Order: sequence, then C-alpha cells, then structure tokens
Amino acid sequence: MKQKFETLRSRCVPLPQDNIDTDQIIPARYLKETTRDEGFFGQHLFQDLRYDADGQPRPDFVLNDPRFSGQVLVAGRNFGSGSSREHAAWAIAGHGFRAVVASSFADIHKQNELNNFVLPVVVSEPFLKRLTALVLAHPETEVEISLPEQTITIVGQDDREHFDINAYKKHCFLNGLDDIDYLLTCRQLVEDWEARRDAKG
Amino acid sequence: MPKTLFEKIWESHVVQSVPEGPDQLYIDRLYCHEVTSPQAFEGLRRRGLPVFRPANVVCMPDHNIPTAHQECPIADPVARRQVEALAENTQAFGLKHYGILDERSGIVHVVGPERGLTLPGMTVVCGDSHTSTHGAMGCVAFGIGTSEVEMVLASGCILQARPKTMRIVVDGELGRGVTAKDVALYLIAQLGTGGATGHFVEYAGSAVRGLTMEGRLTLCNLSIEMGARGGMIAPDEVTFEYLRHCPEAPQGAELEARIAQWRELRTDEGAAFDREVRFDAADIAPMVTYGTNPGMGMAIDGTIPTEGVPGLAGALSYMGFQAGAGLLGTPVDYVFVGACTNGRVEDFRAFASLVKGRRKAANVTAWLVPGSWRVLAQLREEGVADALEAAGFELRQPGCSACLGMNEDRVPAGKLAVSTSNRNFVGRQGPGSRTVLASPLTAAAAAVTGVITDPRTLL
Repeated sequence: MKQKFETLRSRCVPLPQDNIDTDQIIPARYLKETTRDEGFFGQHLFQDLRYDADGQPRPDFVLNDPRFSGQVLVAGRNFGSGSSREHAAWAIAGHGFRAVVASSFADIHKQNELNNFVLPVVVSEPFLKRLTALVLAHPETEVEISLPEQTITIVGQDDREHFDINAYKKHCFLNGLDDIDYLLTCRQLVEDWEARRDAKG
Repeated sequence: MPKTLFEKIWESHVVQSVPEGPDQLYIDRLYCHEVTSPQAFEGLRRRGLPVFRPANVVCMPDHNIPTAHQECPIADPVARRQVEALAENTQAFGLKHYGILDERSGIVHVVGPERGLTLPGMTVVCGDSHTSTHGAMGCVAFGIGTSEVEMVLASGCILQARPKTMRIVVDGELGRGVTAKDVALYLIAQLGTGGATGHFVEYAGSAVRGLTMEGRLTLCNLSIEMGARGGMIAPDEVTFEYLRHCPEAPQGAELEARIAQWRELRTDEGAAFDREVRFDAADIAPMVTYGTNPGMGMAIDGTIPTEGVPGLAGALSYMGFQAGAGLLGTPVDYVFVGACTNGRVEDFRAFASLVKGRRKAANVTAWLVPGSWRVLAQLREEGVADALEAAGFELRQPGCSACLGMNEDRVPAGKLAVSTSNRNFVGRQGPGSRTVLASPLTAAAAAVTGVITDPRTLL
C-alpha cells in the first residue's frame, strides 16, 4: 500500500550538483529486474558515485559519509535528467528518501517521484543555497516539509518557502491514492470519448 | 482562435480535465520494451485487470538484445528473463509482440515509424525518454515512467499536466557535412540540457522542412536532451511520401484519404507559443561533445570552453580533456553507429559514403548496429553492407547496443568512443567509458582516420 504523506521532519543528505541524470541515480545494468523491488534498487542508488569498480564505498561520496543521514535528499538544478527509468525513483524510495529538494527537476523523473510517493520539492536557488550551506556546515540541520501548507522550513532558522504541487496530486499524497485507482473510475468517460471519435470518422 | 499543432492534437485527445489537476489524455499508441514494462504488467496482475485496449499496444525487446548470435539464448540470465517476461506478458494479455529475430523487430523508436505504426495526429507514449522521436511524424509523443505504462495499459489513458509550448525555428541551408544530428547537438548546446524543461517543442523553419524523414526523426529524438517533454514537426509531403512505404500504415485509397485530413495538422498563422527561439542554419557546423552531458557540445573545429558551463571541471577531468583545447586529432578507441538516434538506413548510407575508398583504422573497434532488421535488409539489398564489410567494418544484428551500457556491447573503462547515440553521461556506455557524441559522418571520419576528424575534410 502506498504511504500517505502529510508532514515530514528530517535531517538532510546534501548532493549539491546540477544535472544529476538518472544514469547516475541508477546505471542501466541494474534495470534488468522484472519485479518492483525497491530494496534492490535502493542498494544500487548512485552506484558508481557511491562504490568503486571493486564495490568498495567511495569515502568522499555523501551516502558514505556518516555525518549525513535523513529522508530528504537536497540536490541541485535539473535533477533527474535523461532516461525515463522509474527505477531511479524506486531506488530513491528504496534507500529511504521521502522527499527530494531541488531548484528544478526534469519532467519525467519528477512525475516518477510523484507516482512513487516521493515528494519533489522545488525551491528557489537562494533558498537551496542557504539550505545546502547550512546542512554542509551543520549536518544536524533539519527541515520540516508540510504538504497541507505546501511549505518547507529550515527548522530553527525562520527560513521558509512555499512550493507548488497540483491539487490532484496533493490529494493523492495526503490519502495514499494512486492514478490508476482514479482512472478506473473514469472508464465510461473513455468509452464516450471513443464513441465521439468513431462518429467523426 | 489560432492554435498550435501541439494544441490541436492534445486537445482532441483530452477525455477530461481533472479539476485543478492534470488532463486525462487518450493514448492512441503505447509501445512497450522489456526494461520498463514488467513491473507494469505485474501491477495489472496484482489488480486483476486486463489491458483496456490491446489493439493500441505494440511490444518488442530492444535494450537487452545482444547484437551478435541472436539465434542463441541470451547469455546473461537476468537479461534473458526480462526478454522472456515481455514475450510471456504479451501472450497473457493478448498484445502484438515482435520478438527476437522477427523481421519486423528492432529498436522500438526505429520500428514504430518505419512500419507506419506511428501516424500523424496520434498520441504516442512508451516507457522510454526517446519516445520524442515519433513526434517527427507529426504526432504528440513523449516518454513516461513504468507507473504511467501501467496506467495506459489499464485505462487507455494517461494523467498528464499539459506542457507549455515552444517553437524552435531553424531557417537557412545546412552546410556541407552538417546533418540533423549536428542541428540537434547545436540546439542542445545553445539551450542547455534543461533549456526546454516543461515545454513541448515544435521544430519549424526552412532548414527543418529541408530534412528527410529520417533526419527529422533524429532531431525529434534528441528533444529530451534539452529537457523538452517532446518534439514534433508538422507533417508534409516528406512525411506522406515516407508513409506510402510503411507496411503497417493504412494503404492505397485509405491512406490518401487520411493524408487529406493530415494536411490540416499544422500550426495556424498567428498561433502563440509560450516561448519561441530562432537559429540560423549557416551557424551550425559538424558538432562534437566534449563533456558529460549532451549540452556540452561544440563545433568540431572549436575549442572547449574555459568557463561558464556548470560542472565543467568535473566533466573535463572525467573525459581527460583540457579547457581551451581543441579535439581534432584526439585518438579514438571505439566508434558506435546506431541507436534510436542514428540507426536508420540513411545514417549507414552517410557513413558508407564517407568510408568509400578508405578502410577502417587499425586502432578503432567499430560497432555498426542497424536499428531494425528492415534497416539491415535494406543495407544488404543496396550493397551498402558489402561495401562496409570490404572496408573492414562489420554490421551487427539490431538492438540498442552500446547506447546505454546494459547489454554486452559496452565501452571499457577509460576508452574513448565517438558515438552516434544520444547521451554522453558518466558511465553511460559502460563504467568509466568516455563518450563523444557526433553524427554518422563524423563517426565515419573518426573510424577511417583513428582520430577525431572534421568530416568536411574527407567529403
């Protein structure tokens, strides 16, 4: 069952790079599975950034840095560009992230996060810079994300931003509903549309 | 009110607009390949659902397919399982499936247009970002995730926020040795990899009109690399003539009747785009990439920027290139021609035209991988395959091949590939691989000289 999302207070994992593509999030050679095993994909999240060719953790990569933890990934600009692979969203969710904060997202990946109850939070460049700097200097920094309010707040800093999400997806997140549940209720509308199309020839 | 081509097609497919939400869009054609569909079929089974409109769905494996000895079982058991799963799922759900060695099969974005399964005015989706390719036929085509594949299988529709519109006009005449691939790499370099995010692009202008159908497919294929939701070109005589040779398109009088309707599929005079940009074809040279995303591109005789590009230092360190340096004369280890970007018959003809009278350089491993069995058959019929083989090249069997480091065709760590594919991301062609994206002509120039070479000097 999908996890409902209302508010989240968590420490942050900073990955301050622009244009992180989905090949970096999970390389193609891990896409051969036929089941939706988030645990498997999560183990390979950022595989080649995280591990060397021998499978040893790269100490300079943030997921291997014991100072940082939490359910919020703080990235850069144009997060998730490239391939449409939803495995990237499964890997992010499988690792335990429930929100990704960035100044922009690639369209397909953003939709994939939304369809997996990982909340993409688009913030301004200045807010992202402040948050990243603070997390890097003080890894214990927390953010509070309120979906009902559509706000992200740096806890203890009186620094808050509004973020956008369409009312439909917000409803889905708050209630743990997915698009297919909804579309199945619309079958008659589709058949009516097809009848109109066929009448037009 | 005047409308854009995108608006006409999108609006005619809206089943309903969800209040304060996305549009419910009817999907005419869903393509599935083996990588992004198994979890969608698993979802249908879990929910106990059939496929809503099986006739709208066409499936074929491409990503995991080896490009040699396809008559043997796939050696990698996990890849084999995934390819088998597609065959089983299509059988269980009653879907059209073009399996390995089927003469109709190949890379889904090559096969769909060449067989006439993609038609003007359609809505087309696939769990693959390069679905944008199909927009060259004058349709609204875009890549989706696996949850969305499941959505379309289950309901025939997708919930999708309507993107903004953008027109990219390229006027003028392309110079000698400048191809559709160079136009695309030029546009991505100008606009950046996120430059068209949130937008659906229509390509227009005399240089675009002047492209062949195959060139248009290449241009639209790379729309995603500037972040666009999709790219499209209004159908015209070039499109219609192409469709007259597609085996699964409507035929004869029926086709001509459809063509008469499709002539209406164009942007009205005075229609407004959210964004419009213009370029001059004369400014475009053969392009190469120097970095680790497709936006890091330059004219082949240019020099690598020294500043102003996000991530430049890291990219150059990975590639082993120097800021301010040129790339001409750089030794090349691998040349790859193929992928949904440049795996069509015209791409191999172009490659062969430059190779003519020359031989493959000894230091280069060349993988020439047709995008479909039909492409390979055409190359054999035309004698292109023989000419290439006589020049030391081997044509392999169709598949995605070295585009993405998933099947057996991978570029080893540290090796430099000149590749006609679509992405030069870190490790894209295999862990540690270094990719220079280029056109088939530029790939041919590298293949016969062994170094990065301006194809114009060999034409």
